[in-house]
Amino acid sequence: MKLSTIYILWYRQLKKYFRSKARMIGSLGQPILFLVALGFGFGPIYAKAGGGNYIEFLAPGIIAMSILFTAVFTGIEIIWDRQFGFLKETLVAPVSRLDIMIGRTLGGATVSVFQGIIVLILAMILGFKINSIWTVPLALLFMILIAIMFTALGTAIASVLEDMQAFPLIINFVIMPIFFLSGALFPLTGLPGAIGIITRIDPLTYGVDGLRFAFTGAAQFLLATDLIVLVALGAIITSIGAYLFSKIQI
Amino acid sequence: MITVKNLSKKFDKFIAVDDISFDVDKGEIFAFLGPNGAGKTTTIKMLTTLLKPTHGEILINNFNPIDHEDKVRSSFGIVFQDPSLDDDLTALENMEFHGVLYSVPKITRRERIKELLTFVELWDRRNDLVKTFSGGMKRRLEIARGLLHHPKIFFLDEPTQGLDPQTRNHMWEYIKELNKKEGITIFFTTHYMEEAEKHAGRVAIIDRGKIIAQGTSDKLMKDTKTKSLEEAFLKLTGHGIREEEASATDRMRQNKRMWRR
Repeated sequence: MKLSTIYILWYRQLKKYFRSKARMIGSLGQPILFLVALGFGFGPIYAKAGGGNYIEFLAPGIIAMSILFTAVFTGIEIIWDRQFGFLKETLVAPVSRLDIMIGRTLGGATVSVFQGIIVLILAMILGFKINSIWTVPLALLFMILIAIMFTALGTAIASVLEDMQAFPLIINFVIMPIFFLSGALFPLTGLPGAIGIITRIDPLTYGVDGLRFAFTGAAQFLLATDLIVLVALGAIITSIGAYLFSKIQI
Repeated sequence: MITVKNLSKKFDKFIAVDDISFDVDKGEIFAFLGPNGAGKTTTIKMLTTLLKPTHGEILINNFNPIDHEDKVRSSFGIVFQDPSLDDDLTALENMEFHGVLYSVPKITRRERIKELLTFVELWDRRNDLVKTFSGGMKRRLEIARGLLHHPKIFFLDEPTQGLDPQTRNHMWEYIKELNKKEGITIFFTTHYMEEAEKHAGRVAIIDRGKIIAQGTSDKLMKDTKTKSLEEAFLKLTGHGIREEEASATDRMRQNKRMWRR
């Protein structure tokens, strides 16, 4: 393992992120829309149904969403690097593929956490209140875990895809379901059978739950359950991603 | 410097490279020619550790790519057929990135980067993003980058494709100067036969995965009783146009504008 390799790949991701302001701002559109439209739109009904403040409930879900999307996209960017050459430059260099994968994943994860923090600040401007400043590090930990898991998932997907043709398929059949069925938008109690089970298989469920606990104190599962599921699944997905990445042939 | 013995590569049922053998000596300029789809790029990929051979033996700078992957990788520099720069980084950043990946010590790195960028006349543009560069400038930057870690062998896969004659001549000046000054072995492919005739010490012609002729240009012309390498090439490989299936890269290129942020 060579730290300089991991570092330079991480650094590259960051540089690219901070350089493309348009992309940074563009990817904030969706979370803001969700916060405003859903948050203020469903707010009154949610309150009437006895759920309390909906923005309070929704904001952690939307933060998780923006991390999910940014992470998967930065992972999937490997397809571009692969077709337009830059990956070749790294693959013929005397460095290990595992280091390349780790550096990229950490870079993508860092960028995603940044994006999550920006959405958090925006949510706070829109009226989201966090419980206590002391649980922010815990929230940060959950953001990092979500970010790593889904960057690695993006890497794994990109490693087996030849081109962008299947991209809409992945958005609609993988990323969207992961988000919509994660409890980001609705409480997980009293759901009909099948949906209830699916939400519990969805890894993002535990990320959203952990974030919500850290920010507001409300939670569906035990903190330990959230952490164990995220760490274990994160490790598994990262290993699969690393394996698939090491098998890329150009 | 490069030794290839009975090298083959099979994809599913398609044989891309079929039992080829050749040697390239130290300091030589060697041209590897062939029609589209003949197996040139597949061969380069095997020589540069990007693909594993199905069969046969390769020695690069006396190292076998399978047992000493990293030693082989440090021994060569490469300019790919498609640009492999990061468009969102500056010229200098692309160079730095390469230097770190190849563990070139910082002080040497800085000096060498300046020397090489000056050499390809890009030092003044070092802080510009690569996406603002023309095709010729990108190719020059790639040449500079490929040389940063003092390689013993330089692979160039169609380095002058799509460039105007001015840039092409310029590129060859760089390459030949390097070959003379640093004694780097040059292995290149091209579709411009006059380029091979003019610059290469020896050429090998590959067609349908097999090497069908190799030697100096003069020898090939003599053997085929032709007056130029182009005529010899056409006589050896035939006049029919080779159809290649569009690859994933070609399809992506068509969609590139649509998708890219």
